[in-house]
Amino acid sequence: MSEVLRSLLFIPGNNPGMIQNASVFDADGIIFDLEDAVSLEEKDAARTLISMALKTFDLSPKKIMVRVNPLNSVWGPEDVLRIASCHPDAILLPKADEKAIEACGKLLDEVEKNKGFEANSIRIFALIETAFGLEHAREIVDASSRLDGILLGGEDYTADMQIVRTREGLELSYARARLANLCKAYGLQFIDTPFTDVDDFEGLTFDIQEAIRWGATGKAAINPRQIERIQHAFMPTQKDILWAKEVLEAWSEAKKQGKGVCSLHGKMIDSPVVVRAEKILENVMAYRQKEEALS
Amino acid sequence: MKIERPSQAGSMESNDILIMLHPSNQSIQIQLESKVKKQFGKHIEQAIKETLDEAGVTQVLVVAKDSGALDYTIKSRVLTALSRSMEGPSYE
Repeated sequence: MSEVLRSLLFIPGNNPGMIQNASVFDADGIIFDLEDAVSLEEKDAARTLISMALKTFDLSPKKIMVRVNPLNSVWGPEDVLRIASCHPDAILLPKADEKAIEACGKLLDEVEKNKGFEANSIRIFALIETAFGLEHAREIVDASSRLDGILLGGEDYTADMQIVRTREGLELSYARARLANLCKAYGLQFIDTPFTDVDDFEGLTFDIQEAIRWGATGKAAINPRQIERIQHAFMPTQKDILWAKEVLEAWSEAKKQGKGVCSLHGKMIDSPVVVRAEKILENVMAYRQKEEALS
Repeated sequence: MKIERPSQAGSMESNDILIMLHPSNQSIQIQLESKVKKQFGKHIEQAIKETLDEAGVTQVLVVAKDSGALDYTIKSRVLTALSRSMEGPSYE
């Protein structure tokens, strides 16, 4: 696993109290939000506040992203230039399409050169939240070597599709499946959309399971109370861990006997099953290491 | 340098500070309201003055209403108010 990002907490970009407490939240990453969480007349204030916060607080090992305004807005380019000069881990680019990713990459090139930062050290996460963006997801991924992952924006996507976002989330299945597959193919993170009812924990749990079912590697949160459930959901269960260990033991024994296939509790074990078992244990190790680093 | 027009930034929410800048022909003057003025008043005023000094502002009246802001917030709000007053590039 290249990176552990089970939960990413959105924090409004003009809220000093939440910003300065970002380190106490148990999320693997923080997204400081300059876009939807900030009113039009406070865009400049939020940009300056987040810039100053990035210079002031060391939030490592959390991954720090900043959701800038769309590059075709009056604030977007200046957001990228000012925020990148403070070197966050990544820029989260809303309404992402191929052109926006390329333009963002050029702005980051400029900042890295002027500031003496390592080339390509500021990464990009693409926020795909339109039907057009989803259809062009492959081109978006190809548009920049800076891309580390994709975040699905479920609210904007369903609005763009003129469909209703439901508690069950069936309407997101296509987007989840498509983006999960694409991210897997390119070795990228796929971060699922936030669940927006912050008081419905049963619905949140179901929504996380749906995201995991389709292949999400992490999920965004809009309230600190959502973090624990997200983190927990991505951790393999004791039953999964026990199964994985048994598979690897059985496989090891089979190899000693020169067999290319064996069985466990009546079920066939072959190479793909072994890979799955190895991945489970790899994830457990990575999650535990992350939790130790965060504690 | 003096500021051209009145401006403000920030809020009276917890952990924030409301900074109001007024054009003045006198050197930097700071009128601070804060529940923790007795404990931190000098520190808050110093943070405001340092930010103004770094921006090259020499003449201004600052009215500040603090609600427990940390330094990074104080400086941010002063910079935003300055930027709004000047309608020019950021002083960050």
